[in-house]
Amino acid sequence: MRTVFKTSYDADINLFRHRAQAGWYALLALVAVLLPWLVNVFWLGEATNMLIWAIAGMGLMVLVGQTGQASLGHAAFLAVGCYANVLYQQKLGLPFILSFPLGGLTAALAGVLVAIPTARLHGLYLAIATLAVSILIDDLIVLSAPLTNGVRGLYAPPISIFGLTVDRYGNPYLFYWLVLAVSVLVVLLYRNILRTPLGRAFAAVRDSEVSAKAMGVNVARAKAVSFGISAGITGLAGALMGHFAGIFNNETFNLLISIQLLLMIVIGGLGSIHGAFFGAIVVAILPQAIAIARDAVTGALGASSIAIPGLETAIFGAILIVFLLFEPAGIYGRWVKIRTYFELFPFYRRDMFRRQRSYLRTERMR
Amino acid sequence: MTALLELDQVTLRFGGVTAVDKVSFRVEEGEVFALVGPNGAGKSTLFNLISRFYDPAEGDIRFRGESILKRAPHEIARLGIARTFQNIELFEQATVLQNLLVGRQRHRRGNLVAEMLFTPFVRAEERRHREAVEKVIDFLDLQAHREQYIAGLPYGVRKVVELGRALAIEPTLLLLDEPASGLSVEETQDVAFWIEDIKTQMGITVLMVEHDMHLVASVSDRVLALADGKMLALGAPREVQSHPKVVEAYIGAHGRSKVMA
Amino acid sequence: MDVLQLVVSGLANGCVYGLIALGFVLIYKATEAVNFAQGDLMMLGAFVCLGLTNQQFLGLPFWLSAPLAILIMGVFGYALEVVVIRRMFGQPQVSVVILTIALGFVLRFLAGLIWGNQPVSLESPIAGKDVRFGGVVLGLDEVMVISVTVLLTLLLYLYFNRTRLGVAMQAASQNQLAAYYMGIPVKRLNSLVWALSGMVAAVAGILFASKGSIEPSVGLLGIKAFAAAVIGGFGSLPGALLGGIVIGLIEPFSARYIAAGYSQVMAYLLLFVILVFRPHGILAQIHSKKV
Repeated sequence: MRTVFKTSYDADINLFRHRAQAGWYALLALVAVLLPWLVNVFWLGEATNMLIWAIAGMGLMVLVGQTGQASLGHAAFLAVGCYANVLYQQKLGLPFILSFPLGGLTAALAGVLVAIPTARLHGLYLAIATLAVSILIDDLIVLSAPLTNGVRGLYAPPISIFGLTVDRYGNPYLFYWLVLAVSVLVVLLYRNILRTPLGRAFAAVRDSEVSAKAMGVNVARAKAVSFGISAGITGLAGALMGHFAGIFNNETFNLLISIQLLLMIVIGGLGSIHGAFFGAIVVAILPQAIAIARDAVTGALGASSIAIPGLETAIFGAILIVFLLFEPAGIYGRWVKIRTYFELFPFYRRDMFRRQRSYLRTERMR
Repeated sequence: MTALLELDQVTLRFGGVTAVDKVSFRVEEGEVFALVGPNGAGKSTLFNLISRFYDPAEGDIRFRGESILKRAPHEIARLGIARTFQNIELFEQATVLQNLLVGRQRHRRGNLVAEMLFTPFVRAEERRHREAVEKVIDFLDLQAHREQYIAGLPYGVRKVVELGRALAIEPTLLLLDEPASGLSVEETQDVAFWIEDIKTQMGITVLMVEHDMHLVASVSDRVLALADGKMLALGAPREVQSHPKVVEAYIGAHGRSKVMA
Repeated sequence: MDVLQLVVSGLANGCVYGLIALGFVLIYKATEAVNFAQGDLMMLGAFVCLGLTNQQFLGLPFWLSAPLAILIMGVFGYALEVVVIRRMFGQPQVSVVILTIALGFVLRFLAGLIWGNQPVSLESPIAGKDVRFGGVVLGLDEVMVISVTVLLTLLLYLYFNRTRLGVAMQAASQNQLAAYYMGIPVKRLNSLVWALSGMVAAVAGILFASKGSIEPSVGLLGIKAFAAAVIGGFGSLPGALLGGIVIGLIEPFSARYIAAGYSQVMAYLLLFVILVFRPHGILAQIHSKKV
């Protein structure tokens, strides 16, 4: 069991609580950078996919986990970021190094535009409003066919940074490192938000809007900023998704993707950066795991394997149900419990993480 | 001399019920002013009016001579008015330290981009905020609970954190909504000492709603008694306590007791 | 004539949305939980009836299989609450929403596994027949949908407001702890509400299946029904029906008078506008409370 002896406020402000923690993350970073030489191209692609989903997850996490605002429509921001990035390259001839951040900013602006009219909405109603936005953006893409090529979709051009061509199939190593770099930057950004008044204002809005106002937090503005940052990060993920997939249309960013993103961060663990990554791992690994399992089953039974539609989403749903019933804190929550068990051994008490049961009080009388 | 806070013929109605009826009083700088009265007298409503959660139907509320009726609720803290809530409204999923740090929002100097990039200026600001909050922790003896999540804390400690969070704002006027409700005798003693120190050491003016008459008598300079939204008596604690109208409101015309400490 | 046809078919669609929305509102009124799987319950109800009626499965007569399907779905709803939803007791409501979304995925998959993913038609006696009202020809299925929906809404409204059980359910939704103190068996009532909701979903499913073919993904209609419930006023039974009718009418009219792609856009645009300006819907159920 480790005791941390703090001698300055910086100990709380810094990114890592103590040297050993920094060491573990340094090791992780090393493995991540060296990954292209450790696994084959297929798994590298899967890792890249996972990182892109993690970025999108972090985007949603800022809004849902940190600021407590519901969103069932984040695929809309994936779409805005993706289309903006590609259209800036195609129609305006901007290089990736400019169109990428601009795509994120465009998505951020869209987020703020959604936040303003919905500032007074809470919980369920906000979720429905974002759901409506997701569906509307889906339809809008189809209706603006002259610009977006509607249902036929757009091709994402290969990325060119300072003369280096970074293409998912042509240079998988470079593409992976690009995505890795973006995800590390987003993690740093998220951590910075958490340790400054900005993140605390978000948490205040999440936990008690009334007292947040009494403390001087401009709640409407905080919500708009949170939506903007959240949408911006998600937009960046969308842009990367476009380049990863190569071709995309409105179906790539439909309502089910929105829902999947939300389910993903719940499985991973709501309210933490780790949660986004754990959830992304599940989403990325699941198809492969099912394929492997199916091969094993049909191999053992000797039967021919048929593709079962909807199996992935159903298993994803089943995993989520299991987590919600038995471990609402998600994968990260379970990980924290396991780690605490070993840290405090043998003094771990099961009730340490018991959550307060709350009896239902209606929200219809406020 | 301009009073720090002045309520002028403030009236508020909820449907058919007049919650506050032409209430007027002044709170002078540096004093401890108490609002007392039976339940439903409109005391917490007055706090909500000052915090701008409600708009009065009639009347004016002035802080340092200027009307605050055009202000939004979140601007009140910036003016230097802090409040606690009767039913503790702490941030449950945060630690005590994080709750107190939210109180520093009023003194936030960084901008959005600088905070996201965590510039050296922002780091220096963080140290400054942390130091200010440590002073509050020292004052209220909360060291043991610094890193604990609110969700696991006992009621008495939460009350103290609620007070601490308001103090972290470094206010000029502190509104305390039933600071001693639900506390034991010792904890109430602590509250009395703290209010004394807040008044004399920190120079903060205190306006408090309270049912505990001993506490009121021991710390307040002046008391205003309310019942059914109307003012009954205003003056030193002893005067108000023995005022015939106040006695009637508490004990009832026929000797039936309502509430009395 | 043309406009009338649009109106009637819009009304009929709207009533199906309204019925699904009724199921939402029932559960919300009693437990303040939102059941995102309501559309999939409707889909299940339709398929269960199909599985009982159609010749290739059990081939029972319709007048037997329809009530049987409704009963089965009632039991299913009850079981769902007891086995899954009840374990979420005491957790924040958003968790239940997410749970039901996931549940929807699973139900859709299971339906596809059992009955296949190809569109099939219910061999229903009201399908394809016509009714004449003084020179106007309407589909029997459409007329049935509208009349059954109105009747059901009325019955449920009376149930919630006039019967002891209904009032008890409302009490439980407003303050569980207080309801317990009053001796209301909250958990059992919750299961009953889910059973009721399952039955309403089954009725919606059977009526829907009589109007056309079905496949597992029709459960996604639930989203539109959800929008309907919000527009009408979440928590209001007549509101659910009203919202359903509004959407049911907007769709064909915007497709006809604006352009083909706009039917969905107008419905969700209306939803968004209502949320911004009158979030609690047309027949709002919010009262203000003194703090």
